[in-house]
Amino acid sequence: MGNVSRSEHNTEEQWDGGHFIVPKEVLRTTVLTLIFLTVLTVVTAKFMDLGIFAGTVAFFIAFVKAMLVMMYFMGLKYDAKMNRWIFSMGFIFLVILAFFSVLDIWTRVHQSATL
Amino acid sequence: MSTAKSATTHQHHHAHHFRSDLHEFVSAKEGIWIFMVTEVLMFGGLFVAFFIYQALKPAVFAEGASYLDWKLGALNTLVLIVSSWTMALSIHYIQKGQNQRATWALITTLACGLIFMIVKYFEYTHKFEMGLMPGKFFFFEKAVNAELPLYFGFYYSMTGLHGLHVLTGMGLISWVLWRHLNGEFNEHYYTAVEGVCIFWHIVDLVWIFLFPLLYLIE
Repeated sequence: MGNVSRSEHNTEEQWDGGHFIVPKEVLRTTVLTLIFLTVLTVVTAKFMDLGIFAGTVAFFIAFVKAMLVMMYFMGLKYDAKMNRWIFSMGFIFLVILAFFSVLDIWTRVHQSATL
Repeated sequence: MSTAKSATTHQHHHAHHFRSDLHEFVSAKEGIWIFMVTEVLMFGGLFVAFFIYQALKPAVFAEGASYLDWKLGALNTLVLIVSSWTMALSIHYIQKGQNQRATWALITTLACGLIFMIVKYFEYTHKFEMGLMPGKFFFFEKAVNAELPLYFGFYYSMTGLHGLHVLTGMGLISWVLWRHLNGEFNEHYYTAVEGVCIFWHIVDLVWIFLFPLLYLIE
């Protein structure tokens, strides 16, 4: 996956990223994999008893699906490094929010459980 | 590269504060990615709140999830995945100068958005009739947990905000489709389609996490 042709109508300047064409075959493989993973997540969650791992498995599959959408549909695999960093920042700050919120609930509210 | 170029192709000129068309394209795209960060943070806040309340009140959230129909959720997941694919294809076809195919790819994406909203409409009205409403509007009498309205507060906030994004995306796709039919886009200029495309994918991205969160985990 990843034979990307770049159009060269601006040969005098070089930009990281710029115009890139994601091949049709790559898009087709991506959508088929996403459909397969959707079926897989339904089967593991609704037709198999995974017990306490059910949530972990479902979110791991969702994570893989999200990565596929970001890399091939959104084209971040071929895009400028700067754009990959910008988008990553959203998730990095989300982890900070989640970490400190959970820490707060765990150490303060969870012990008295009055929320 | 181009095979079927439209006869009415417009020539795009970049704004004066950019050095070139490519400079304009790269800058516009970077702006879209910054906008996408705000989207991640907006939905992310709701996800974090959901996780915390679910951990504190597992019984309430398990009961809430039991009233959702995972089959409709799965159907909508597939519809959005296909729409993401056709949206990506529309960019591919415009870049290759295959304008007619790009038109059909955009129309299919729009149709998928419509199917998603129709399914959502049936889900919502069914819950409204049962009385599964958020907060003080709740009137479902068979609720086991007294705090069930809390779950539906999350359900409507998250799916409602997501649905609003689907509607916005459909409006934006209609806008680029209109411009595409006017021959404004070609393999050298398709900035607006690219931006709308990224926005539409984030709608798909959010749903990929909402589906297991609401419909699958009990």
